[in-house]
Amino acid sequence: MDLRDTPEEAAFRAELRGWLAEVLPTLPPEPDRDDWDGRRTWDTHWQRLLFDAGYAGMDWPKEAGGRGASPAEHLIFLEETEKAGAPYVGTNFVGLLHAGPTINACGTDEQRERHLPKILSGEEVWCQGFSEPGAGSDLASLACKAVRDGDEYVVTGQKIWTSHAQVADWCELLVRTDPDAPKHQGITWLICDMSSPGIEVRPLTTIAGSDEFSEVFFDEVRIPVTNRVGDENDGWRVAMVTFSFERGTAFVSEMIQSRILLSKLAQLAKQLPHGDGTAWDDDGVRRELGHLAAEFDALWSLTKRNVTQAGRDGVPGIGGSVFKLAYSEARHRMGDLAMRLLGDAGLALDDLGDIPGGEHVRGWLHAMSITIAAGTSQIQRNIVGERILGLPKEPKPEGAR
Amino acid sequence: MNFDLDETERALQEGIRELVDGRVTSERIRAAGATGGVDRDLFAELGEAGVFGLRLPEEQGGLGLGFTHAAVVFEQLGRTLVPGPVVATHLSAGVVEGAADGATVVGAVDESTRTIPNVAGLDVLLVTGPEGVRRIDPAAVSGEDAARPLDPVTPIRVVSGFPDGEPLDGLDPGDWHRGSTLLHAALLVGNAAATTDLMVAFAKEREQFGRAIGSFQAVKHLCADALTRAEVARAAVHAAACHLDDPDSDLVESSLATAAVLAAEAAHRNGKTCIQVHGGMGFTWEVDAHLFLKRAQVWIAAMGGTARFEELAAHALVA
Repeated sequence: MDLRDTPEEAAFRAELRGWLAEVLPTLPPEPDRDDWDGRRTWDTHWQRLLFDAGYAGMDWPKEAGGRGASPAEHLIFLEETEKAGAPYVGTNFVGLLHAGPTINACGTDEQRERHLPKILSGEEVWCQGFSEPGAGSDLASLACKAVRDGDEYVVTGQKIWTSHAQVADWCELLVRTDPDAPKHQGITWLICDMSSPGIEVRPLTTIAGSDEFSEVFFDEVRIPVTNRVGDENDGWRVAMVTFSFERGTAFVSEMIQSRILLSKLAQLAKQLPHGDGTAWDDDGVRRELGHLAAEFDALWSLTKRNVTQAGRDGVPGIGGSVFKLAYSEARHRMGDLAMRLLGDAGLALDDLGDIPGGEHVRGWLHAMSITIAAGTSQIQRNIVGERILGLPKEPKPEGAR
Repeated sequence: MNFDLDETERALQEGIRELVDGRVTSERIRAAGATGGVDRDLFAELGEAGVFGLRLPEEQGGLGLGFTHAAVVFEQLGRTLVPGPVVATHLSAGVVEGAADGATVVGAVDESTRTIPNVAGLDVLLVTGPEGVRRIDPAAVSGEDAARPLDPVTPIRVVSGFPDGEPLDGLDPGDWHRGSTLLHAALLVGNAAATTDLMVAFAKEREQFGRAIGSFQAVKHLCADALTRAEVARAAVHAAACHLDDPDSDLVESSLATAAVLAAEAAHRNGKTCIQVHGGMGFTWEVDAHLFLKRAQVWIAAMGGTARFEELAAHALVA
């Protein structure tokens, strides 16, 4: 076991730091949180800079136009960009992390040539049409239907939790093409042009007041059959390929943010009145802060373990679900501690007076999405229990497909 | 970066596992309470396998390995409830004669403590303090033995003070504490993994309502949380071992604090969960679950508890 950078890794880290120091001061000011047109412009501008410098698609294979970096190098990229305060992947998330790698693995040459360069260069933005109101944790029960009509599919139905739908050019869309087959065997993966007639995007407002994700309604939307990725009714396998690209790096940027937020909370504790002194003077408060610091520190080590195993085996081993469970629960406890410390200073989403509590309140609310999104903690525990520990599955209820 | 076991570490892991499997049995461990909590034959066997002399240079008869290797080995020992002061004997190899081969059983306590584990089974007692390490004849330590020690194989003597003893050269108290923290944390990770294995095996086999209780999410999720705690703690312990082996690292103290806090928590909580999953049988003397939980408390106490590590981690946040 060795945590130190290899000479190649150290050289890459130094080169990247140099580039970041040069390019970050040239960025325009960051747009408002819910200015989605502004965010798209900002995110895609950053992606273009990465592309021109050879850092676009770090983990994509070289033949797909990516850098073909090892998971360890990818980790260094995420660590250094986050620590330097560089923009996050933002609206490019679905294209870079899901749709692009999936099209590369399962698409046709035409699809690769049409889409991959524009994802890498930030010219086109993607969104994800997987979940539905009736298909959340049980994603394979999705019902949005596609009926073949000549060389087109006609799609009618509803999707939900579609991030950045309002600014996306394309949607990776899962549809039901065979309603009579067992649920996993009647699904197809389509590339949907978001400017097609019949698509309506209705933003949803989150508990944090953001409209980052939307409901998307499809009313007889026509999609060319040439936009199908993989075979008809083989979309579940294609979607699983999408998920298999995870290399243990999914939460790296969030993790680093969380540690910064915890440091700020400790600083804030020194400012918040508490008895005769400040909250920091309370042994119990300090120890809770210290415990959380230890947890995030350990999770950073677990990330390195997962990334090493991904580099060796091509899959992140048992780490993904274990990491997400522990990380999301730690985020909850950090938020809970922040709210206890803030008291009435936590009654707004922005700083109240000279108490910098806004980001802690927003962080507390955000934590509640982490135990739900990308597989709820309950689903993660099923995965750990059944796939890692080998515990028997809960029998299916009668009548389930 | 290569943060996974290398070939040597993997070979050690398997070697120690094979050595202790079937040899460190529940019966043998339970019997050790009568001999001061030390099984001398077992110490000799562990010594022969290189457990104590692992980090000694080869010219001194050791294996010349580092803390990453020691952490892997002690994690395996922790899975077995091996009784006695394995950490202190390992740390004094090369300094106390006979420790490296397990012939001399060495215990250690901090000078502020008033309880000494295993004293009747020791050949040498080391008392550590800020000034250094002192060597004391355990027979000269008088006090009263607890009639009902928490861990039945870890006898506890309460003392009012220590004889002066003689200063022991060659052991730096700071190095001693860092090594002791790491190896106790490694034992605790093994302990947390062992109770996870026990509860999972039971949940697969025990049937209620016509099926294995492990198929119920209420039980399955307890097991998943236990594995999660053990794996997060294992990563922390391995990271601390890497930092301890790296003379250029400035993360030694903070990574040890992390390892101590999470390994202690994982062992405590997994031990309790193991009892819960076993139901009524888990509350009986017969099932090993309580022995693991009680041993966890012994090892956490040997690290000096976790409060100071949480303090250290908190102060690092605002440094």
